[in-house]
Amino acid sequence: MEKNKKNFKIVGKPIVRQDGVTKVTGKAKFAADYNFPNELQSVMLRIHSSHALIKSIDFSCIENDSNVAAIIDHRDIPGDKKVGVIKKDQPIFCSEKVVTPGDVIAMIVGKSERELIKIKDKIKIEYEDLPVLTDPSKSLETDAPLIHPEYKSNLIVHYPLRKGNVDSGFSNSEHILEQTYTTQNIEHAYIEPECVTAIPQIDNSIKIIGSIQNPHTTRRIVAAVLGISLSQVVIIQADLGGSFGGKDDTMNILSARAAVAAIKTGRPVKIKYSREDSILESYKRHPYVMHYKVGYNSSGKITTMKIDVTADGGAYASMSPFVTWRTVVQATGPYEIENVWTDVKAVYTNNPYTGAMRGFGSPQPIFAQESIMDEIAERLGMNPVEIREINALKQNSVTSTGQRLENHEVTLTKAMKTAIEKTGFVDKWNNYRNQSLDKSNFILSGEDLILSEDKFISRQDKLRRGIGLSISLRGCSLGAEGIDAAAALVAVQPDGSVYLLSGLAENGQGLRTTYSIVAAEILGIATDKIIYLEQDTSRIPDSGPTVASRATLMGGGAFRNASEIIQKRITNLLLNEWQLDKEAELIFEDSMIKHIASNKSIEFTEACSFASQRGINLSVVGWYKGPDVSWDEEIGQGSAYFTYVYGCHVAEVSVNINTGEIYINKITAVHDAGKIINILGAQGQVYGGSTQGAGYAVWEEIDKHNGFIREMNFDQYLIPTSKDIKSIDAIFIEGEDDYGAWGAKSLGEPTLELTAGAIANAVKNATGKRYFNLPLNLEEILLNRKLRPEDMKRGSE
Amino acid sequence: MKITFKLNGENVSIEVESYKRLIDMLREDFELTGTKEGCSIGECGACTVLMDGKAVNSCLVLAAQIDGAEILTIEGVNQGNNLSDLQRNFLTHGAVQCGFCTPGMILSSLALLNENPNPTVEEIEESIAGNLCRCTGYKQIIEAVKATAEMSNQKLRNQSA
Ligand code: FES
Ligand code: FES
Repeated sequence: MEKNKKNFKIVGKPIVRQDGVTKVTGKAKFAADYNFPNELQSVMLRIHSSHALIKSIDFSCIENDSNVAAIIDHRDIPGDKKVGVIKKDQPIFCSEKVVTPGDVIAMIVGKSERELIKIKDKIKIEYEDLPVLTDPSKSLETDAPLIHPEYKSNLIVHYPLRKGNVDSGFSNSEHILEQTYTTQNIEHAYIEPECVTAIPQIDNSIKIIGSIQNPHTTRRIVAAVLGISLSQVVIIQADLGGSFGGKDDTMNILSARAAVAAIKTGRPVKIKYSREDSILESYKRHPYVMHYKVGYNSSGKITTMKIDVTADGGAYASMSPFVTWRTVVQATGPYEIENVWTDVKAVYTNNPYTGAMRGFGSPQPIFAQESIMDEIAERLGMNPVEIREINALKQNSVTSTGQRLENHEVTLTKAMKTAIEKTGFVDKWNNYRNQSLDKSNFILSGEDLILSEDKFISRQDKLRRGIGLSISLRGCSLGAEGIDAAAALVAVQPDGSVYLLSGLAENGQGLRTTYSIVAAEILGIATDKIIYLEQDTSRIPDSGPTVASRATLMGGGAFRNASEIIQKRITNLLLNEWQLDKEAELIFEDSMIKHIASNKSIEFTEACSFASQRGINLSVVGWYKGPDVSWDEEIGQGSAYFTYVYGCHVAEVSVNINTGEIYINKITAVHDAGKIINILGAQGQVYGGSTQGAGYAVWEEIDKHNGFIREMNFDQYLIPTSKDIKSIDAIFIEGEDDYGAWGAKSLGEPTLELTAGAIANAVKNATGKRYFNLPLNLEEILLNRKLRPEDMKRGSE
Repeated sequence: MKITFKLNGENVSIEVESYKRLIDMLREDFELTGTKEGCSIGECGACTVLMDGKAVNSCLVLAAQIDGAEILTIEGVNQGNNLSDLQRNFLTHGAVQCGFCTPGMILSSLALLNENPNPTVEEIEESIAGNLCRCTGYKQIIEAVKATAEMSNQKLRNQSA
């Protein structure tokens, strides 16, 4: 790990984001801020059903309406009528069947959205309702109706993992604990709803500008739907108003619809979603049902885990196979366990479909496994720290997939230690626990809603404090299921200014700034000399998706590669000119290039102009490819990811036991994300990610009734506001690693995945009671169940 | 109907339909697209503008209602080519990620600072509680507003010294 340079000039300092000025002045252009002459608006045609056969559609009463420029449906699609990143199961326009309420049958385009909405209801559609599947376990029953008959099963994917021998593991364990945990559907809730415009070009190509997370994926899908070549589709990413994994499949489909309409009408076509459209049609986070059986000894050592996870994939496969793959790799948590038997299944239902969302298959098992760790500790009379120290992965430990952790620094216990010292965890935990035990029978439960005299609680008794922690390991980037490489263009101009462009996309997370810092560090210049070009698929190679917290690691590696090539070219030129030894080292810093021993130096700008006169090419496309990983599908064994990051969250809460309200007093988030490139951006990731994690733990839920979502806007879907979390402390420990740019790894998702587990444990510490189902809202805390129309039983109760 | 009002310091008048919302008039007729739409029902605050110095959700105000009023949008916040202290502090404190909530956040904060030059953290939290941000976790936004208040108080002290 000695390659890692030590004295950084810019890396690790707080650097103001590159696109900041346009964003504080209102000049930044988001997708809905682009208007084109002659542009048409669009509205979607849906039916009120979660599962239905479409019998007939009669457009005749609107066909001649002057407000209608065109009606677009499946018949207008020249190429692929169904798309999907892994399984092509999702129609651009439904023709035979509707499988979830968000499904779209046709799109009407015209000048005025207002008028289109009025006439849309005149269209006559006949359909026949089919039985609706909302419970994944019912979907797998043998006589269940098939949601996509062509796949002959409602099972989207099944991943087994087999390590050691669980049977003998359990029979040799002194104790066994079995529990079931469930998590809910949640919405990404990016504040900018989806928007895209397709503009037909004179050369028969199509240009698309929109709120698109992964432009190269969108290009591939649009080209397939239109039946044209990739080069005929140009995707431009507008400034993106948040994504968190959410502006991928939905945006691919919206882009395809807009493109088909633009080609049919010969005019620019815009699709701009309202919040209701967005919540109705976009994918969500997977709800999980997780059954854990754990064998352990009185010493605290866990020997065996059997885990069964069912994920509700909703109506389409989308990213389910990738999301649940991460789950199977990480389901045992960051613990070294000898015998493991895990089954993870994703299943079709008629619920809204589920796909990529920040965290990506890890927040669910972390909630379960970190709750169970505390439960085991409790049964053994240990505290949460002790049980974890015994079982945590350490340097050279072997993971559940049989991978030895040896190529990077394993900082898991260091992260935990940092967090508990910072918060005074153990003392607080003990104090709060004693406070909660004597009054624990005051928590209302079940039907017992009427209090007897002695159960009344005085004012000071009603707030209980609690502290809890959770720890994780997270595989970086795509892992064994994807090809992992990224491209970066660094183009140094003759005057020393620099253009950057990357195949990865700025989603608001500050990736342009990160990349500028990497290039500036190596070239020894200021970041304000660097201009980051608009993301455009026609100018830069596909670098894979901007997902899996891989942008800093992969893109950072590619920018480091490109910048170092340029640095080398300038160095060679100068060494030659200054008649120095070929091996002599030049220093690039403060916009100068120096050779210390000979006291020679030149300004960076001059060196660039000199290079250009000498015909030296200072435009380089850098490339970074992650090392190979391996995976055996049958038994779930292999080197799943080429490197990992570690973290620990401690949550401090107060619980009002009269109302069931949880107040979040403090979250202390310790992360080893490797080298931190931009401290300001890194802190922002932690604050934002933990806040989303707290929303997931306590407030947020997309509740469905027969497949229909009940929370269609922010009046009912509650995300954290400025008043909900009192304080967040972000602490970084920088574990050594060779990969990427000086070992800068992943941060965006680790920040979110840990919070719910820590909060759940804090609530247990406060109330003395374990809650098995997210979110920990008032109903859950007070009644131990969710108030919903059909009272579905959920986890262990 | 015809309305006359002050927009970012300039007197303007325009013919508007009675059903037109303020946000649509700003974005479509004046091409001031810095005002954002996130929910259309007054919950997210992305569309916040100042009406006579008070923060309002422009998705809930009809254009016709602003006849005679003074409207400030994000485009009118900077002083010529210079950023205001508040804008600058948003940048240096890392209060901007995707930036979609930023115009609304800045205007809500501005309304607070106009009224209360010395807000507590709680008062800042309260004043932006109607502005949703999904990216930042609010902490750096609150710090930016606090820093702005401190800067302007410092300036006042310097003047009186
Ligand atoms: S768009 Fe006006 S408050 Fe959300
Ligand atoms: S910065 Fe993205 S919503 Fe606030």
